[in-house]
Amino acid sequence: MKARVYVTLKNGVLDPQGKAIEHALSALDFQGVDQVRQGKLIELDLSESDPEAARSNVAAMCEKLLANTVIENYTIELDS
Amino acid sequence: MKAAVIVFPGSNCDRDVQVTLRQVSGVEPVMVWHKESSFENVDLIVLPGGFSYGDYLRSGAMAAKSNVMREIASRASAGVPVLGICNGFQVLTETGLLPGVLMRNADLKFVCRDVHLKVESSQSLFTSAYETGQVVRIPVAHHDGNYFAGDEELDRLEDRGQIAFRYVDAVGEMEGSANPNGSARNIAGVYNETKTVLGLMPHPERLADPQLGGTDGEGLFKSLLESLS
Repeated sequence: MKARVYVTLKNGVLDPQGKAIEHALSALDFQGVDQVRQGKLIELDLSESDPEAARSNVAAMCEKLLANTVIENYTIELDS
Repeated sequence: MKAAVIVFPGSNCDRDVQVTLRQVSGVEPVMVWHKESSFENVDLIVLPGGFSYGDYLRSGAMAAKSNVMREIASRASAGVPVLGICNGFQVLTETGLLPGVLMRNADLKFVCRDVHLKVESSQSLFTSAYETGQVVRIPVAHHDGNYFAGDEELDRLEDRGQIAFRYVDAVGEMEGSANPNGSARNIAGVYNETKTVLGLMPHPERLADPQLGGTDGEGLFKSLLESLS
C-alpha cells in the first residue's frame, strides 16, 4: 500500500517561501493568484495491507518525525 | 568543568567549541559521536553548530531522533546543563527540550555577520559572567534562525524569564533592523523552565579569543566554568 503525506504550515504561520513564489508568479504575469502556501509531499511504500492499521501507523510517524506539529499540519492519503 | 561535545554527521562547529572549552576550562572536552547511546559523566553537554544530516526534512529533525539524543534528554531531565548553539538550538527544539521552532529566515537569505545581543538576565548558569542588560557582539551564521512560537507560549516565556538573549542594535534598542532573521520578539536564545538548557542561534565560540577579533562570547563559557567547577 502507498501512503502520501502532505505536510503544510498551519494557518497564521508566516510562509516566506510561499510569499516569494507568489511574487515570482505575479512577476511572470500570472494574474489572480491570491495566496501561495508551500508544503511537502512525502510518499511511503508500506507492507501493511489493512488501511486502518496503515493510517494509524503513518499518523504516528507524522507525530514523531515527519511533521513538526508546533507549526505544521499533516494529511494522509492511502492507495491500495 | 568536563564537557561533552556531540558530533553529528554534518556538524561543523564541533572543533571550534572544543577549542573554546579547552581554552576557558583547561579541561579537554570529550567528543561524542551521535551513534553512541551512552558516554562518560560530564558537567556540561554541548550540541554544536553545523548542518546535521544536511538539514534533511527540517533543520535538526533527524539529529533529534539519534541514539545520543535519548541519553541527552534523560540527562537533561536529571538536571545536567545542555547548551545548543545554532544547529544545536534547532536540535533542542526538535527534541522538545526547548519550546518553539526555528523557521526559515524571514527574508529567505542565509545570514552571516556579527549581531548585537542583549543579555536578558545574568541570573543563570550561562550568563553569570555578564551584566543584566549588557549588550554583546556575537556572530550569526544560519538560514533557519527565525524563532517562532505561539503568542501564549511567548508570553509564558517572558513571564518565566526564559528568554536568554534578544537581537538589539549596538546601543541595546530592539530596532527592527537589528533582527537578522525575523525572530518573534527579537528572540535569539531561550532557556527551558529550569534554566539548565539553553539554545541560541549566535555563535559565542566564534568570538572567544582576541585572535578572532573579540572576546564577547567568552563570558558564556566563563559563566559555565564558574557555575560548574
